[in-house]
Amino acid sequence: METIDLKTASTRELNARLQGEGAGSNAAFEVLHPDGRHALACGLTAPIAVSIKGHVGYYCAGMNENATVTVHGNAGVGVAENMMSGLVRVKGDASQSAGATGHGGLLVVEGSASARCGISMKGIDIVVKGSVGHNSAFMAQSGHLVVCGDAEDGLGDSIYEAVIYVAGKTGKLGADCVEQEMTSQDRATLTELLARAGIEADPASFRRYGSARTLYNFTIDNVGAY
Amino acid sequence: MRESQIFDRASIHEIQRAANEGIYRIRGFGAKRAVPHFDDLVFLGASMSRYPLEGYRERCDTDVVLGSRFAKKPLHLKIPITIAGMSFGSLSANAKEALGRGANEVGTSTTTGDGGMTDEEREHSNQLVYQLLPSRYGMNPVHLRKADAIEVVVGQGAKPGGGGMLLGQKISKRVAAMRDLPEDIDQRSACRHPDWTGPDDLEIKIEELRELTGWEKPIYVKVGASRTYYDTLLAVKSGADVIVVDGMQGGTGATQECFIENVGIPTLPAVRLASDALKELGVHRRGVQLIVSGGIRTGADVAKAIALGADAVSIGTAALIALGDNRPDLAEEYEKLGTAPGFYEDWQAGNDPAGITTQDPELEKRLDPVKAGRRLANYLRVLTLEAQTLARACGKSHVHHLEPEDLQALTIEAAAMARVPLAGTGWIPGQNF
Repeated sequence: METIDLKTASTRELNARLQGEGAGSNAAFEVLHPDGRHALACGLTAPIAVSIKGHVGYYCAGMNENATVTVHGNAGVGVAENMMSGLVRVKGDASQSAGATGHGGLLVVEGSASARCGISMKGIDIVVKGSVGHNSAFMAQSGHLVVCGDAEDGLGDSIYEAVIYVAGKTGKLGADCVEQEMTSQDRATLTELLARAGIEADPASFRRYGSARTLYNFTIDNVGAY
Repeated sequence: MRESQIFDRASIHEIQRAANEGIYRIRGFGAKRAVPHFDDLVFLGASMSRYPLEGYRERCDTDVVLGSRFAKKPLHLKIPITIAGMSFGSLSANAKEALGRGANEVGTSTTTGDGGMTDEEREHSNQLVYQLLPSRYGMNPVHLRKADAIEVVVGQGAKPGGGGMLLGQKISKRVAAMRDLPEDIDQRSACRHPDWTGPDDLEIKIEELRELTGWEKPIYVKVGASRTYYDTLLAVKSGADVIVVDGMQGGTGATQECFIENVGIPTLPAVRLASDALKELGVHRRGVQLIVSGGIRTGADVAKAIALGADAVSIGTAALIALGDNRPDLAEEYEKLGTAPGFYEDWQAGNDPAGITTQDPELEKRLDPVKAGRRLANYLRVLTLEAQTLARACGKSHVHHLEPEDLQALTIEAAAMARVPLAGTGWIPGQNF
């Protein structure tokens, strides 16, 4: 395992090193003293493993492809934003907009995530062991958001085809987001997501939320919802 | 009979339409109301006190470098006129290809739009600016790296503070797939970015974009003209290489008419406010470039915008007209839609007879991207020649040497907004007390 110490290396040097790994590389890296620095381990393309020992700032693992990035601490705004594939794991809590607009891959937050978790998600799967803040999965297009704790007000506001599973309490649901039947297929999907995330929870304790699809086309009859 | 100035025929028609349909009017095109514009300015050609350059003989350069502040690979354009962001989805694939072909012929850039980058667009655009919009439709790191520059869109002139709506009739299978949304639904584009909320955040976002692309690409920040002076200051503070300011006349594919006509300020004051901000920061023509758009139609508009401080302009509506939008030979087709050449504005509807603002495969076939691209190139050449002609008449060997001192205003409003003297006087309203 190669160690990169951010006490001496710049963000550019770190990212250039990680981004320089070839498509077939499965090298492992340990990053020391992140100290809340922004844009760490972003734009990775190879299936490498990056272990960051400490708290990170904004946009850690942004637009990740294939890599496995583990943050041994808390993550700032937009962790794994627009992720395409791979795995990002936050051992602590995540700030706002975790997994925002992600297209694929899996984001695991072992603590809680703040507001707008999974905002505008486009295929990413997100598993949060704790709770999520307000307006999570806002305008979520596809993918899954699993919340093992509670979800604040505005969950799934203006949601499209993404699916949300919540084990705990929900606040006031967002516009066009409704509780839906939890089918056997949902339980299978949820079981698989929890297993991939390495999080123990009882799938039977979750409820499913999704789009009522009443706002998919703009009509004046829905004016009260706008 | 006496027509009311307040309840004129257009107002009466709109009241009747609203009463019948119960929904606000959504349309394309830009603001149609009269606002102070570049027409209200004139150049002071050289005479006794200035020395003109000889037309067709002495050089008047037009090249512009965009993104020289931080990017390792700035854009070098041969002309100071670029193609504004217009999405695949709003426009047909043939229209996007034609824009690229036209721009390539004259050595300038095109811009993607809200919907991602298509392969055809990349293939046919030698210099392509990739927009990062609030919706992030189609956004991916592969295209980010393929781009020649990145434009963070905060707003646009037709709707500062507003999002967008691509109506379901324009959502083809391909458009839906690119945006990861179901077909036939109205696709909303958010008005705020999902992962940053202010200039301090944007500074970090720009750092991420640079880290994602090895600090190679110029980063533009585009704002709709409103609080332009402060927006420009903050965009520069956030680390932008290029500021794009889109005046209220800027076009759109689909927006509420009340928004188009009533939000934002005209291009004329916006260019002055933006260049003032850059000058205050000491970066005007020294590191941060200014692109201005919104109602650019002629080489005179180009030259006046540059004289007021722009490094380049961008065109959207005019480019579509050059491709073939609103052309007279489609009069019968327009009549079937209840309109006429010169008035067609329903770019949101998806039934454009010219095959430009549509996703209908049969309509799209009507636009030959090679011929349309040639028409655009012709138009861009004319704009450039006109701007050069005016610059030479003012004694300038580069269009960037034009300055506010070369202009006077025909109206008090334009004098106040552009901060050049009312013609024949030394009076700049709001100054010279």
